Amino acid sequence: MAEKKYRVVHYLNQFFAQIGGEEKANIPPLIKEGAVGPGIPLQQALGEEGEIVATMVCGDNYFAENIETAVEKVVESVSPYKPDVFVAGPAFTAGRYGIACGASCSAVSKKLGIPVVTAMYEENPALELYRKEVYVIPTTNSVRGMKEAIPRMAGFVRKLGLGQEIGLPQEDGYFPRGIRVNQFVSRTGAERAVDMLLSKLRKEPFQTEYPMPTFEHVPASPAIRDLRSATIALVTSGGIVPLGNPDRIEAASASKFAEYNIAGVDDLTPDAYQTCHGGYDPTYANADPDRVLPLDAMRSLEKDGTIGKLYDVYYVTVGNATSVANAQKFGKAIAEKLKAADVDGVILTST
Amino acid sequence: MAHVASIVPISLTVGANRIVPAVAIPHPLGNPELPKDEERELRLNLVKKALRALQVEVEKQTVFEE
Repeated sequence: MAEKKYRVVHYLNQFFAQIGGEEKANIPPLIKEGAVGPGIPLQQALGEEGEIVATMVCGDNYFAENIETAVEKVVESVSPYKPDVFVAGPAFTAGRYGIACGASCSAVSKKLGIPVVTAMYEENPALELYRKEVYVIPTTNSVRGMKEAIPRMAGFVRKLGLGQEIGLPQEDGYFPRGIRVNQFVSRTGAERAVDMLLSKLRKEPFQTEYPMPTFEHVPASPAIRDLRSATIALVTSGGIVPLGNPDRIEAASASKFAEYNIAGVDDLTPDAYQTCHGGYDPTYANADPDRVLPLDAMRSLEKDGTIGKLYDVYYVTVGNATSVANAQKFGKAIAEKLKAADVDGVILTST
Repeated sequence: MAHVASIVPISLTVGANRIVPAVAIPHPLGNPELPKDEERELRLNLVKKALRALQVEVEKQTVFEE
C-alpha cells in the first residue's frame, strides 16, 4: 500500500517565482499550485515521499514594507493546504527576501503549528532576527549555490515531513539557535577552558563553545546641542554616484566607497547623477537622485539657517550583499574622515 | 548619526541608535506618486525628522516614528 505523501508548501519571492525582477517587488502575496522555480529541483530531490502542493509568493518590497499584513496573508493562504512542512527560500544574501522567509516561517510555525525551515547565507541580516525561532540552513553567498543548497534543504524538509527528530546543528546542518541542550562530557568546564586557552596561546586552532553574536551594541553618540551652527554630512548606502559611476562602485558586493564634492550643488539631477546599486529598482532614483540622497532638502535647510552647513563632501557605497567585514571597514574609514573634518552629525540613508 | 532606513529591522540589527523609517525601498526619501512640490515637502519633512532625532539624547536604539 502506498504511503501517503507528506505535503509541503514552498515560499518564494517574485524573482525566484519567475514573475519579475525589482520592478515586480511590489506584488502582494499570492499562492500558486504545485512547485515553481527552485521548487522544481526541490520536488525532484524529495522524490515520491513528499509533494510540494503549493508555492506562496510575495514581492520583496511589499513584504518588507508591510510585514504584518504580508504575514497574515501567508498564514491565511497556507492554512487550507494543510501542509506537513513549510519551507522558504533559499534567500542567500538577499536581506528583504531573508526577512520574508524568516517572518513567514515564524508565523506559520506559531499560528499553524507547522514545522518550518528556511535557508540563507550567514551574513544575511535576517539570520540574527529569526535564527532562534526558525531552523535556518546555511547557504553560500550567491545564487550559484542553489544547486548544492537544494539537496540539503530537501534532506531537512524530508526529516520534518516524516516527523523525524532534528538533531544538533552540526549533525543536521543548520545554524545554531542558541538553545542549550544538556550533554555529559568527560572533562570539566575548567579543564576544557584551560585547554582552549593553551591552544589559543600556542596559536593552535580551537573550537569555542559559545560564539559571540555577530552584531555588536554601538554606544549612542551624544545629541547635537546647537543645530543652527552644526555641520551635517550626508552618507548613503543607496549607490548615488556621478553619472557614469566614475569610480566603478560595484552594483553588488561593493569593494569600496567613494567621496564626491557637492559644494555649490543644490539639487541632484539625472543628467549628472545616477544610482549604481543593483539591489532595488533604479527607476525612481535615476529620475531624481534626491529621493535617495536628499541633497535638495539639506541645501534648503542650510540656506534657511536650520543647519549651519551641509558638509561639502558626501560618501557613498552600495549596500547590496556588502560583506559585513567591508561594511565595517567602510563605516570606520568614513567616520574617521568626518571626525577629522569636525562634522557634527550625519544623516545616513539606506534603501 | 541618524539612519533614514527603509527596513527598520535591519537597521536595528546592525546597531543604529537613531532610526527614521523611510518611505519605500526604491525611493526612501521620495514618492513618485506625488506631484513634485508635494514630494519635495515630504522629503524636507523626513530630513527635518532626522535632524530632530540628532538633537535627542538616546540611551538605547530608538525608532523615531512620528
